[in-house]
Amino acid sequence: MSYILIIGAKSDIAKATAKKYASHGHDLYLAARNSDELKEFADNIMVRMQRTVKLVELDILDYKSHQSFYDNLEEKPLGAISAIGYLGDQKKAQIDFTEAQQTMNTNYTGIVSLFNIIANNFEHRGSGFMVGISSVAGDRGRKSNYIYGSAKAAFTVYLSGLRNRLYDAQVHVMTVKPGFVATKMTENMNLPEKLTAQPEEVAKDIYNAQQKSKNVLYTKWVWRWLMLIIRNIPEFQFKKMSI
Amino acid sequence: MSLMSWGMYPKIKSTIFKFDKKKTLRKIINEHDELIPYGNGRSYGDSALSSNIINTRPKDHFIDFNEATGLLHVQTGVLLSEILESFVPRGWFLKVTPGTKLITVGGAIASDVHGKNHHIEGCFSECIKEFKIMLADGEVATCSKEVTPELFKATCGGQGLTGIILDAKIYLKKINSQYIDETTIKTKNLKETFEAFEEYQDKPYSVAWIDCLAKGDKIGKCLLMVGDFIDDGRLDYKVKKQKSIPFNFPLFTLNNWSMRVFNWLYYGKVKQRVSKKIVDIDTFFYPLDAIGRWNRIYGKNGFTQYQFILPKESSYEGLEEILTTISKSGKGSFLAVLKLYGKANGNYLSFPMEGYSLALDFKIEKSLFKLLDELDKIIVKYKGRIYLAKDVRVSKKVFEKGYPQIEIFRQYRKENKMKGKFESLQSKRVGI
Repeated sequence: MSYILIIGAKSDIAKATAKKYASHGHDLYLAARNSDELKEFADNIMVRMQRTVKLVELDILDYKSHQSFYDNLEEKPLGAISAIGYLGDQKKAQIDFTEAQQTMNTNYTGIVSLFNIIANNFEHRGSGFMVGISSVAGDRGRKSNYIYGSAKAAFTVYLSGLRNRLYDAQVHVMTVKPGFVATKMTENMNLPEKLTAQPEEVAKDIYNAQQKSKNVLYTKWVWRWLMLIIRNIPEFQFKKMSI
Repeated sequence: MSLMSWGMYPKIKSTIFKFDKKKTLRKIINEHDELIPYGNGRSYGDSALSSNIINTRPKDHFIDFNEATGLLHVQTGVLLSEILESFVPRGWFLKVTPGTKLITVGGAIASDVHGKNHHIEGCFSECIKEFKIMLADGEVATCSKEVTPELFKATCGGQGLTGIILDAKIYLKKINSQYIDETTIKTKNLKETFEAFEEYQDKPYSVAWIDCLAKGDKIGKCLLMVGDFIDDGRLDYKVKKQKSIPFNFPLFTLNNWSMRVFNWLYYGKVKQRVSKKIVDIDTFFYPLDAIGRWNRIYGKNGFTQYQFILPKESSYEGLEEILTTISKSGKGSFLAVLKLYGKANGNYLSFPMEGYSLALDFKIEKSLFKLLDELDKIIVKYKGRIYLAKDVRVSKKVFEKGYPQIEIFRQYRKENKMKGKFESLQSKRVGI
C-alpha cells in the first residue's frame, strides 16, 4: 500500500507535492477534471522516478460521482491530499451568486463530499493520513477575498473536526495553510518576494510535516506569526483597514 | 528584468518570456524579434543574453526511456544533473558531459558541449538521435543528422540562433559503477605535459590543470588527470549537500599573490610523479559544482573565461607564447584547464578541433581587455579559435578567422529568416 491520492492534481502545489511523494517511493493517483491533460506530467514522474502514476477523472462539483470515483480505485491509497482551490473573483461574487456559489462549492462543499468518503474508509481500515490544503485567507475575513476566505475557513474547521474524530482510528489529519505561493493562480498578482513560497518549498514542508504528523502547517513558516498578529487586531480597528 | 550569465558580466535588462504550450511559444516568436533561448544561465558570456529572452528551464519533463537502447527522451530544460540523479543509480551515464552538470539539455546542444572524453567520443551532438525545434516561422521541425543535416549542423553549436529546441532524444551509456579509477601525472614543463597527453591518450577521460603563473623553464607544468569507470557494481549515487559562496568577494581577494599561493598549494599537494586514487562521478567530472555560486569569488564586477583551441601542429609553439604572455602580465587565473581534443565535427560553429585547448578565468577589470586582445593576435597567428559559449568580448575579425564555416551559417540563417528573429548580444557583436 503505497499509493497517494492527490486531489486537484493540476495545481502547481499539487504537482510539486506529487513529485515530492514520488521521490520518496510512493505511487500516485492524480485526480482532476480532464485528467488526461496530466499525461505529460505523469510520464515525467514514471520515467524519472520509476513510480506508477495513474490518472483518474474527478469532478469535485459532481458530488454524486464521488463514491464511485473512490470505489473504482483498485488499491486504496495510503494517504489523500486535497489541493483543490478556486480563488474566484471576489468583485464578481459580490454581485453574481453563481460565482460565489462556485467558490464555496469548489473550496468547501465538494471536498467535504469526497473527504467524507475517504475518511470513512480510512477510519474503518484504521490507518492512513489526510492532508487538506486550506489557506491563511480562512484565518480572518478581508474585503478583498472573503468569499474565498469563508469557504477556506469552513474547510479549516472541517479538518479540525475530522482530525478530532479520526484520532482514535489512528488516521492523522493535517491542515495546511499556505500564504502567498508563486503559482498559476497568483500569476497576475504582485506578491512580496520574501513572503512568497515556491510550490516546491510548500511541497517539501507538506511532506516533512506530514511525516511528523503535524496538525496545522503554515508555509512559509513566517505566516504563522503574521496571521497571529492579523487575527489579534481588534475588530473596531480591523474593519477600517485595507490589507 | 535583469538577467546574467555565469560570468556576471554584462548585466543587462531583458524581457523574459516563458511558455507552457507550443501555441504560446509560436505567438512569442511571431510577435517579437531578437529572441534568444536561455536555459540555466551557465554559459559564461553573452551568448544567451538579449533584449528578449525565452526561458526554457521550466520545460523539464522526462518523456521516455528505452532500457534496451539507452535512448532517453527529455524536454529542453532538463538539467544534466537531473538525468544523473535518475539514471546513475540505474547504471547509465551521459556519453558526453562538460565540466558542469548544471546545464540544460537545450544548452548542451546549442553549445555542442564536450568533455574530458572528446578525443574518444566527440561532442554532445554525437549522442543525439534527434530533436524538435521551433523555427523562425513558428513551425516545429524534427531534426537529425541524417534527415535534416543542414539544420543539425547549424543548431548543434549554433548558440540558440536557429530556433527554440523543444525536446531531444539522446543516447546514454551503460556504466557499472559510479567510481572512476583516476591517475594523476605531475609534469615539470610544457614539453612533459604534451608527452603525458600523448602517452595517456588511450584513456577515455583526460584533462590537465595548468599553473599559469609559472615562469621560465617551468612554464606549462601541470597535473594531468586521466581515468575510466571501474566495474564494481557500486551505483549508490546520491546528491551531496552543496556548499555555497554567500556573497560577492571583495575585489582585492583575488590578486596575483593569492593565486600564486593557491596554485602552489594545489600543485604541491601531489608529491609523486604518478599517483592513483578512486573517486566518484561528482569529484571527477564536476569538481566546481560542489561549490554553489563559485562565480562570486571574482567579485561583483564578474569574470570571463577565455577558452581557445589551437591546431595540434602549432599547439606547442602557440601555448608557449600565450603562457609566457600571461605570466608576464601577472594576471592570474584560478583554473587553467588544458586538454588534447580529437577531430573536429562538421557542425558550422562547433568549437573543438584536433589540438590543444586552454581555458582560463580572469576577473573583469579595465586592463584585462588589452591582454585578451593581445592573446587573440597569437591565436589568430596560430590558426586557433575562441569558444563562443565562454566568450563575452571577442571581435568580429578574430571570430571569423577561427570559424571557416561562418559564411555557410550566415547564409543559412538569412535564407531561413532566422537573422533578426534570433539574436544575442554575442551574435550582434560578431555578426553571426
